[in-house]
Amino acid sequence: MYLPSSYPWTENETLGEHLERRGVSRRAFLKYCGELAVLLGVSQALTPQIAEALQKVRRPSVIWLQLQECTGCVESVLRTSDPTIGDLILDLISLDYQHTLMAGAGEAVERAKQAAMKANKGQYILVVTGSVPLEADGMYLTIGGRRGREVLEEAAAGAAAVMAVGACAHFGSVQAGRPNPTGAVGVANIVRDKPVVTIAGCPPIADVVTATIVHYLTFNRFPELDGEGRPLFAYGMRIHDRCSRRAHFDAGQYVQAFDDEAARRSWCLYQMGCKGPATFSPCPVIQWNGHTSWPIGAGHPCLGCTERNFWDTMTPFYGRLPDVGGFGVERNADLIGLSLALGATAGVAAHAIATGIHRARTGQTPQKPAVDLPVVNPDQPDQSEEDPHD
Amino acid sequence: MTKVVVDPITRIEGHLRIEVEADGGRIKNAWASSTQFRGIEIILEGRDPRDAWAFTQRICGVCTTVHALASCRAVEDALGIEVPPAGGLIRTLVHGMQTVQDHVIHFYHLHALDWVDVVSALKADPGATANLAASLSPWPNNSKTYFAEVQQRLQGFVDSGQLGIFTNGYWGHPAYKLPPEANLMAVAHYLEALDWQRDVIRLHTIFAGKNPHPNFLVGGMASAINLDGTGTINAASLIEVRDMITRARRFVEQVYWPDLLAVASFYKDWAKIGGGVPNYLSVGEYPDNGQWRDAKSMYLPAGVIFGNDLSKVVPYDQKKVTEYINASWYDYKEGDKVALHPSVGETIPHYTGPEPPWTYLQGQEKYTWMKAPRYDDKPMEVGPLARMLVAYASGHADTKEVVGEALGKLGVGPDALFSTLGRTAARGAETLLLARRLETWYDALVARIKAGDTATFSQKRWSPDTWPASAEGYGFLGAARGALGHWVKIQDGKIAHYQCVVPSTWNCSPRDVHGANGPYEAALMDNHPLVDPERPLEILRTIHSFDPCMACGVHVLDAQGREVTRVRVNG
Repeated sequence: MYLPSSYPWTENETLGEHLERRGVSRRAFLKYCGELAVLLGVSQALTPQIAEALQKVRRPSVIWLQLQECTGCVESVLRTSDPTIGDLILDLISLDYQHTLMAGAGEAVERAKQAAMKANKGQYILVVTGSVPLEADGMYLTIGGRRGREVLEEAAAGAAAVMAVGACAHFGSVQAGRPNPTGAVGVANIVRDKPVVTIAGCPPIADVVTATIVHYLTFNRFPELDGEGRPLFAYGMRIHDRCSRRAHFDAGQYVQAFDDEAARRSWCLYQMGCKGPATFSPCPVIQWNGHTSWPIGAGHPCLGCTERNFWDTMTPFYGRLPDVGGFGVERNADLIGLSLALGATAGVAAHAIATGIHRARTGQTPQKPAVDLPVVNPDQPDQSEEDPHD
Repeated sequence: MTKVVVDPITRIEGHLRIEVEADGGRIKNAWASSTQFRGIEIILEGRDPRDAWAFTQRICGVCTTVHALASCRAVEDALGIEVPPAGGLIRTLVHGMQTVQDHVIHFYHLHALDWVDVVSALKADPGATANLAASLSPWPNNSKTYFAEVQQRLQGFVDSGQLGIFTNGYWGHPAYKLPPEANLMAVAHYLEALDWQRDVIRLHTIFAGKNPHPNFLVGGMASAINLDGTGTINAASLIEVRDMITRARRFVEQVYWPDLLAVASFYKDWAKIGGGVPNYLSVGEYPDNGQWRDAKSMYLPAGVIFGNDLSKVVPYDQKKVTEYINASWYDYKEGDKVALHPSVGETIPHYTGPEPPWTYLQGQEKYTWMKAPRYDDKPMEVGPLARMLVAYASGHADTKEVVGEALGKLGVGPDALFSTLGRTAARGAETLLLARRLETWYDALVARIKAGDTATFSQKRWSPDTWPASAEGYGFLGAARGALGHWVKIQDGKIAHYQCVVPSTWNCSPRDVHGANGPYEAALMDNHPLVDPERPLEILRTIHSFDPCMACGVHVLDAQGREVTRVRVNG
């Protein structure tokens, strides 16, 4: 599925040309420039100069909302290396609203947001980190004295497309863990009339976020997505398929305890609870922080953080997945979700299949996790002696 | 009396609303309100205590690592787990670099625009800027060409008419005092710090797989040391770490510290503004030998100061920590008047504020999701200033030297530390101390490896079979933003009760039953100007000097101990 089909600007088109093509009159444009002069606190006599500059502008407006979250996703994007965060915000996009970096505060930034949404209506990219709490009538999150949900709905209404960045915007992440006291849900639960691209992970790798934005700017559309809304270029393969320790899995060479002899030889972490076999993520390929290393590379099992409800389905984190194998690298997340479920008990499988199909068909998400992936308790004696792979 | 609302406060972590009443250009009354609640402690109940670090780590992604480490310590305390020295030293290095990186990001990206006028930088002469920079520091980028290029880039950005994150900043506000050249220098270093922070934090990636949210482990660290291994901690990764430490120290010594002192010299009036609560608490931090139980090994000492009295440091005792909820959107079973110790604390969220959209919260009895922590029934400021004051007053030699250098260069006495400027300067002083100390910890780790002592993890009490039926633990941490505590109860191998008392809860605390304000509020009411209510730049200066982290501050626990049902197979 390719989303969305309409991009505001064609290649090499200036804002002036673009507006002309869209039928915006010179007069209306100058009026906007006059309003902008007021907004910027400069003389309205500068309107012609502003108009001239603006007509040359080619950076698309990005509005970034931070809802119920920890700001880890913003920190992750600060670590992006290609492009760097400096290049991104100065040269590639116009980051018109972003809490962590904006100079102004309060009324001033809320005005800036309203102005950007109005000026770029139907054209801006809305980036959302964080979830929306629905319990207690939405009062677990207010911004500028308004409910988080309203703030999201308002910004989504005029957006060309919506990027849900990070596990909170994906499905609610840790605050949606059982019993989900605040009723936290992901962006796609609220925004139902727009394409929502999900950059999964807690947090996602910075370069996946920026690469998705750059993809949009370069090819005038978002990349192809899986049933969770995740770009296939990043989430098309399991960690297990590309793991640098995979050969040890195939050879039956497992770490049995942290820091044992096997750990010191970088053997497979499957027995230590690694969720790589059930996790679609580019960690082993793109790696972290400028290709420095990645979680399994540094000796810790994968937590499965790019998967929906991983705080419930992938825990205990040090418990091992009961059954790995039976599917090849050509499968994607939608198919493998079914395979994993089929390996479990019948009741669990039936529900997971139903959930998976529902999700794939409608793009909607259940509000609360219905079942767990059957993670084996690490401390129960291992009663199955069979080889964990095929 | 003018009522002023600033919501959202930007350039912080999370969601914060400040309301003040001002008269004649001075702030008379203040209310700090945290406007987000997530409920992570409730979610922890019934889970494997070895997983808790990952859940609590997600309390905050700016202070990523600190909750994970405090959680590991709490569980290790409860279960009697000792971390091997090499594993402990890796933790000290990871935490140390976290604080250094976090403080630099705070100064340049979250705080600098309160003092630096970006638009004024366009008027600077690049040659004069280079001369200014060279007079402050030997940093090699301080050339005319370099500053001219930055200025050109900034000019192009402004000319585009799309000001992005700089839209509606308070440019030209009379409270900005720096000459154009100092502004240009600071803008250049703002951009440079963006690149620097991305580089040095890779120490986390080598030892713990990624950043933000590196991986920790109860009982040690998961990264194994094997000098002859591929993909383990070996000479190749160690030398990378060593180089990052060198680059971290060089940037702090040659860019951050000189910039901070230069900027501060133009704002000395802010050494008399924004002091507020006169009590300071430090739990101590950075075990030089990696052993967090060993109070003597802490590089920065623990202690409590009351009433701005630097002649007396009282020992810290976690039993004296309590929390009120009389002004917070929670209920206690015993009513609103009591204060509870975290080990028996409760949090029952109960929103009683007005229907949105809010006009004012002031006048409401309850106005925030923050509780009100107290020590010995007194509000406390925590953070770099508290740690530096406790260390200074305890006679800590390195601290006395660095803080003394700052006071000397600015020509002010120690009383100047009790202020907005003092808070910001203390953060820089701490960064300098830690950036230098990283080398000591690195050398200690290498010495361990040389001696063949390479264990990073203790397996002894990994299995719940070895745990008592019930256990209780306390984990403290001197986090970047201040004193952090985690309290855990474990019952039959599961978490029965979890509670965090967090730096920003101390600092953003609302009024208590005695009417005493928390540090943000008190600082805003301490000789505090507000020239233009439409452009509340001065409020941002003082609030940012605390480096607020709201997601950290808001938490919850529930004494019910809900059991989480799991589907299990093969077991």
